[in-house]
Amino acid sequence: MSKPKLALYWASSCGGCEIAVLGLHEKILDVAEAFDIVFWPCVMDFKYEDVEAMEDGEIDVCLFNGAIRNDENAHLAHLLRRKSKVMVAFGSCAFGGSMPGLANFNDREQMFNYIYHDSPSTDNPDGIVPQQRTDMPEGELVLPNFWNTVKTLAQVVPVDYYLPGCPPEASSIETAVTAIVSGELPPPGSVIGPDITVCDECPREKHEKKISRFYRPQEIIPDPDTCLLEQGLFCAGIATRSGCGARCPQVGVGCRGCYGPNEGVYDHGAKIMTGIASVLDADTPEEVEAILDTLPDPAGYFYRFHMPDSLLRRTARTNGKKLLASEQVAASEL
Amino acid sequence: MSENEKRVGVYVCHCGHNIAGTVDVEHVAEWAYNLPNVIISRDNKFMCASTGQEQIEEDVKEFNLTHVVVASCSPHMHEKTFRNAVERSGLNPYLFEMANIREHASWVHPDDQDGATSKAKALVSAAVHRVLHHEELTPMQVEIRPEVLIVGGGVAGIQAALEVAEAGHHVYLVEREPSIGGHMAQLDKTFPTLDCSACILTPKMFDAGSHPNITLLTYAEVEQVDGYVGNFTVRVRKKAKMVHEDLCTGCGTCWEKCPKKVIDTVFESGLGYRKAIYRPFPQAVPKYPVIDVETCIYYDTGKCRACEKFCPTDAIDFEMQDEIVNLEVGNIIVATGYDLFDPRRIPQYGYGRHENVFTSMEFERLVNAAGPSDGRVVLRDGETTPQSVAIIHCVGSRDKNYNGHCSAICCMYSLKFAHLVKERTEAEVYNFYIDMRTIAKGYEEFYDRVLEEGAHFIRGKVSEITDATHASEEEGKLVVVAEDTLIGKQRRVPVDMVILAVAMEPRADAEEVAHRFGIGCGDTGFFTERHPKLDPVATVTEGVYIAGACQGPKDIPDAVAQGSAAAARVLSVISQREVALEPVRATIDEEHCSGCRICNTMCPYHAIDFIEADSVSRVNPALCKGCGTCVAACPSQVISGAHFTFDQLIAEIDGIMVDVNIDEPLVAAEMV
Repeated sequence: MSKPKLALYWASSCGGCEIAVLGLHEKILDVAEAFDIVFWPCVMDFKYEDVEAMEDGEIDVCLFNGAIRNDENAHLAHLLRRKSKVMVAFGSCAFGGSMPGLANFNDREQMFNYIYHDSPSTDNPDGIVPQQRTDMPEGELVLPNFWNTVKTLAQVVPVDYYLPGCPPEASSIETAVTAIVSGELPPPGSVIGPDITVCDECPREKHEKKISRFYRPQEIIPDPDTCLLEQGLFCAGIATRSGCGARCPQVGVGCRGCYGPNEGVYDHGAKIMTGIASVLDADTPEEVEAILDTLPDPAGYFYRFHMPDSLLRRTARTNGKKLLASEQVAASEL
Repeated sequence: MSENEKRVGVYVCHCGHNIAGTVDVEHVAEWAYNLPNVIISRDNKFMCASTGQEQIEEDVKEFNLTHVVVASCSPHMHEKTFRNAVERSGLNPYLFEMANIREHASWVHPDDQDGATSKAKALVSAAVHRVLHHEELTPMQVEIRPEVLIVGGGVAGIQAALEVAEAGHHVYLVEREPSIGGHMAQLDKTFPTLDCSACILTPKMFDAGSHPNITLLTYAEVEQVDGYVGNFTVRVRKKAKMVHEDLCTGCGTCWEKCPKKVIDTVFESGLGYRKAIYRPFPQAVPKYPVIDVETCIYYDTGKCRACEKFCPTDAIDFEMQDEIVNLEVGNIIVATGYDLFDPRRIPQYGYGRHENVFTSMEFERLVNAAGPSDGRVVLRDGETTPQSVAIIHCVGSRDKNYNGHCSAICCMYSLKFAHLVKERTEAEVYNFYIDMRTIAKGYEEFYDRVLEEGAHFIRGKVSEITDATHASEEEGKLVVVAEDTLIGKQRRVPVDMVILAVAMEPRADAEEVAHRFGIGCGDTGFFTERHPKLDPVATVTEGVYIAGACQGPKDIPDAVAQGSAAAARVLSVISQREVALEPVRATIDEEHCSGCRICNTMCPYHAIDFIEADSVSRVNPALCKGCGTCVAACPSQVISGAHFTFDQLIAEIDGIMVDVNIDEPLVAAEMV
């Protein structure tokens, strides 16, 4: 009997998920032993045509990482979905949009303006901006259309399983791979991971909380035994699914929330926000403002990993104005 | 029950013309058949009438309904009515949802019939979508302790205490001052009958002090309240009186011998003196004195001890400490009364600057036969009888700068003052009023009487009280400057004495007290009743009632009536022996609780405990009021609020988002 076929793909991502798979170390040999790897552009030389040539459903499992932010990402998502029996949203970007998803606080035009014109490190005296189509002597060059809104994999194609983490821990990958190999899979649509929070696994001592200001990590040396949040260090462990073994808080770094919301939570950022808002030591709106002023970029903190699949998904207006007609085409991708 | 076994009945109420005048109720009822699982949909003139309720009962049986939606008024009004009807029909009462298409649709959009109708449809849709996710809930029964705590020993609190005690239940009556009696004990006469205030109050005070079922805790304050209806634990601090009440006979030797005279700012409103060891007034209950350690010479210099030396029963104890008493009670009546407006906040009225500007309470003490001037109406020099007196109404009341509310009693006590001045002096009396409000029994007749006695009434708000004179007849007088709006002229009225009819205000610490007892304060700062018309002495916290002026300005008969009413409510609860608690409350899935303790400080009812051993938080179901604060706060969503579950709320939102202009069957929105 032939080995089950495995595909791995990266859409809009940093590549960390690929490294995480390699981070299995010698266990990667077990993966190679168990599966016939048919597509893994980061590591092996496959072409898109190779996938297109396959039968529908020929791939047994596709581990898809990265968010969907352009036509190429979407094309591969659709293609691999069609060719795969089991589609796994691998890592936080495919699951919740993650860092690329923070682009949803802006729109394409704002981003391009910053990246190609306004950023302090940009040197672009001729104001050159990438065009989707460019005529060259050799012929027309086409770049994938860059979307106004970043989406999660599940917002583009049906997804069978979610494997959270930025990147997923080796142990999480192992759990998932083992489950797939053994066929002992949870019900479709499940997140593969425990349904407890990082807080639950964190050995730090918790007390009744009252936060009177936040500290950046470089500003204080936290007490090694007390809850970081109580000490004013932002920690999303209260609202974040475990699976990592509470690694970050154990070494004095607040949880960033990469494993995403706990089971049953619909909006990760909202849950972090209400949790934190509940323990601010403030009686007046002014005091609340003063405390939040010590937390730079709260939206970025709260929605770092799950902006595109939050209730709001993105900002609808820019600078308080309604979208211009020219922008509404892009908005239609919402 | 699977989705398609659910059978919903929808009832759209006309509320006479209230809803049907704006909302096309027939159309809403007809359209509701498009909503998922709706088996029967009707409109009805008055759903709250017995015919409406019986319709629900009949339909549940005939159509095997499993869930019921009534679109009518606010749930505050009739949720209980319809829950009862649903329960009578054999269903769990919580398998019911109410859509408020009166306050939320017809009343707020009277000029937009189409819009109001569309909104009503959306609200009905929301209710139907939501009710499909409702679960059966059962109230929890708890036993009720018969003991009652009454906070505040004014006339409302005394009345309540006597009612409860007479019914055979034990009362703890806590009073901040050394004696019960409250403001009423300071008054001379009461309007409109001119009864002597002390003569009618002191028998009640005596009864309260001697009743076997009443424990008086004077010079004491409630510090903490825990628990819930039927089972409150209350911590009371009894301030050290420095006098052993079991030894003291109230003979009075101590305050006669005490060398330290102190201006009495409380009972005598600053017009008279008391000693450092004192009882506030002769009829005080209890009759025992207290030592005011702030002014006592011994506590300042370590010397004196005159009272101790002369006390025939050795009742004085300078080392006495505050005592903490923990009480177990089933119900609480808060009757903490009011404060008087400080007229120094209106500098142009000159109180504190012009010596012959008095507050109403100062004047009460002046005319009181037991007061500092033995009842003579005199100026602040204690000798001169005024030839002319101005009484200024609405000082700090009905004035956006201070209090918007009407203080309810000032018109009447101003009339009483006018009468008393007329009775005891030859003085001319000028009442400066905005409107005369003499609304209760015998009040208008009293107004007529004072008019006939020759008091002058000038309709206009006083702009200034000044000693800057414009004419010789103003020399040495206080000039009251006001526009007489009835003749359209500016008036300057020179008088010898001015009485400011100051407003009734919430106690300075009302908000703190409200928080302690789990009740609310309205915009004006007075305690909020559960319903302004139909539940005036209950509060949002079961087992905590309010009575008297802490709820809003009121006169003595109203305060007494509320004291009785609160007592009646408490007695009714006690006689039920046990009480059913709303099952709408939060529960924590302890298996998944991370013990992060975010929720611990959130609960306004102190219902969440942290269980150290298991490192989880737990909700005390009897304390939880189902407010949902912790449900929202829980960052890992392991706290669920019964009857306000995530599924129910999202379904409700899905329901309200349907396109109400589409007239075809809607599929139940897919759960997110």
